[in-house]
Amino acid sequence: MKRTVFRNRWLPYLLVAPQVAITLVFFFWPAFDSLRLSLYRSSPFGDKLIWVGLANFQRLFGDRAYLRSAVTTFIFSFLVTFAGMGVALLLAALANAKIRGLGVYRTLLLWPYGIAPAIAGIIWLFIFHPSYGILPYVLSFVTAYQFNWFLKGWVALLLITVAAIWKQFGYNLAFYLAGLQAIPDSVLEAASVDGAGPVRRFFSMTFPLLSPVTFFLFTLNMTFAFFETFGLVHSVTQGGPGDATTILVYKAWKDGFEGLQIGISAAQSVVLMVIVILLTAFQFRYAEKKVVY
Amino acid sequence: MPRTMTMMRWTAGVSALLVAVALAPAAAHAKTEIQWWHAMQGVLGERVNEIAAKFNASQNDYEVKAVFKGAYPDTLTAAIAAYRAKQPPHVVQVFEVGTQTMLSSGAVYPVYQLMKDNGIAIDWSDILGPVRSYYSSGGNLYSMAFNSSVPILYYNKDLFKKAGLADKPPASWDEVEAMAKKLVASGAKCGYSSAWPSWVLMENMHALHDQPFADHDNGYDGLATTLKINGAFGVKMMDLLARGAREGWFTYNGRLSKAEANMGGGECGIFTTSSAFIAGLTRAADGKFTWGTGPLPKMSGYPQGNAIIGGASLWVLKGAKPEEYKGVAQFFKYLASTENQVWWAGVTGYLPISNTAVKAMEASGHFQKNPQQRTAITQLNSGKTTPNSQGIRLGNFVSIRDSSEEQMENIFSGKKTSKQGLDDAVTKSNEILKDFAALYK
Repeated sequence: MKRTVFRNRWLPYLLVAPQVAITLVFFFWPAFDSLRLSLYRSSPFGDKLIWVGLANFQRLFGDRAYLRSAVTTFIFSFLVTFAGMGVALLLAALANAKIRGLGVYRTLLLWPYGIAPAIAGIIWLFIFHPSYGILPYVLSFVTAYQFNWFLKGWVALLLITVAAIWKQFGYNLAFYLAGLQAIPDSVLEAASVDGAGPVRRFFSMTFPLLSPVTFFLFTLNMTFAFFETFGLVHSVTQGGPGDATTILVYKAWKDGFEGLQIGISAAQSVVLMVIVILLTAFQFRYAEKKVVY
Repeated sequence: MPRTMTMMRWTAGVSALLVAVALAPAAAHAKTEIQWWHAMQGVLGERVNEIAAKFNASQNDYEVKAVFKGAYPDTLTAAIAAYRAKQPPHVVQVFEVGTQTMLSSGAVYPVYQLMKDNGIAIDWSDILGPVRSYYSSGGNLYSMAFNSSVPILYYNKDLFKKAGLADKPPASWDEVEAMAKKLVASGAKCGYSSAWPSWVLMENMHALHDQPFADHDNGYDGLATTLKINGAFGVKMMDLLARGAREGWFTYNGRLSKAEANMGGGECGIFTTSSAFIAGLTRAADGKFTWGTGPLPKMSGYPQGNAIIGGASLWVLKGAKPEEYKGVAQFFKYLASTENQVWWAGVTGYLPISNTAVKAMEASGHFQKNPQQRTAITQLNSGKTTPNSQGIRLGNFVSIRDSSEEQMENIFSGKKTSKQGLDDAVTKSNEILKDFAALYK
């Protein structure tokens, strides 16, 4: 690794100071405040603050709705991560071929990543809305089945899953493409000479060589599905129908900002914080060691 | 990393704002500024700005700044955050379900007190009964009634004609069912639907049939601790709608005002929602279809209650200077004026809040020209205000409404029986009420 040498002892500190300040103000401060508030029952206006110890957590883990939300979140996150990465890998392999107009394809495939989750949600709403969406209208000519996800939980969950996959697709594709291009042709050619067909080459050579990328994308997609799909859920389903699409981060927001139950909401964000710390630790512990970029 | 990028953009925005604030020149001659945070978007937001502009032009001492803060929950959350940071707005618009939260908050300067302290006499008894009772405590008005509406029934005349139905809104649920079936049989995509599921189909249906929604007179006589919606009436109401959903003559179209898009799109024959939808439907249906209104449908065999209002009121927060409160009092005096009420009700479809304003609208022939706007007032005046229909006041009503709507979805989709769903909603709500009571005991 290249090492930069600074003449002035203080300059490096000065240069990182803004980032440190941002982290302190926007991460550590709110994080510690959540930690503190999770131990209290607090009135909306903050005039009453009653110490309850771990009671908020106790309630949370005894609450069937919260456990249901956790299950929903895990199903959602694993679906988004595995299906999303699978599709991205497949298309990356295709986009890696030497064909005409490759640049155009790649650009188009990367596009969705540039869209904010809330906007992506609105776009999907226009396509899938049971009454003014285009797709249900077209489907109504072929089938009498009502895809009303205002009432059908599994349709709603499937809808936001697919939307999240689509949204994250460009990102996955970019990394897989880069990963594929980093694999030297000579390795694959050698395998060919040894008589391996394209499928064999893919599973025995390409896929293992891509494993660092896959691992990196796994944690990144999990984090995305867990935390950054809020805007999507908020604009498309608002957690419904029933609580079919109430993922953990949405529930934390809803209980805190709509329900004004600050203690319970803070406890939920502490749980989320633990999850993200575990994911990151997992990433650093196992991935960084083996990865050669 | 995307998150860091957002954060950096955010910080850049904040610093730009700080610079702008620092550089802003001091006002030429110091008008006292009054911050009014509200949640009215679209056409309604324009009207709110008009109110502020008209008030500002009417005098030289005060400047009302109307600031849009997002949807109702966002506006309340923003006001709470500002209050906790000791920078509260003077006036904040809070939706009706936030009433108990505000009353219990200890952060409020009651409106009757504000007016008294500033020597402005307002005849509170002139305010429409259901509106006054909703926002009063111990007979005193705590917040300034602003945008109040009641749910009414709308029907699509073109679809009625196609189905061979007479040009008359259904008056009972039996009629709704019979007509909606005919509408669907004649090809309508949706026979009957409703917006604001909890407000219209649970809260208002209980009040209209004089059935209790919660104990302690719906929370008007002490903090409510138990919801009563899982009684015989609630189950009957939900059974009817669940059957409607199964048989296809009732279509569920989502929470909040979402379903209004279906009525506006001309899909629904019969529809129930806020009277404030008149403005929106007038625009949406223009040149496409004709429509009419009627009072909410009733079930036979129950006593007469009344519809309860929805919408929002204006709360004054503690922590400002006396001269600023003087301005707020002047502003409220302007809001309550017959002139402003007549104009506001006329352009929005919300209720005029005073009887005098209603009379003025009658006299000017406004209701002859806009008969739909009379429906809500006729409905309110023909009802009977009882302990069950004066309003509903629950701690953390937002979450309670949310949990009932969640269960209504489970009931309409057939996932749960009416009784099971309502029992679950009550269990969850009682927990919420218990938490609230524990804070303010």
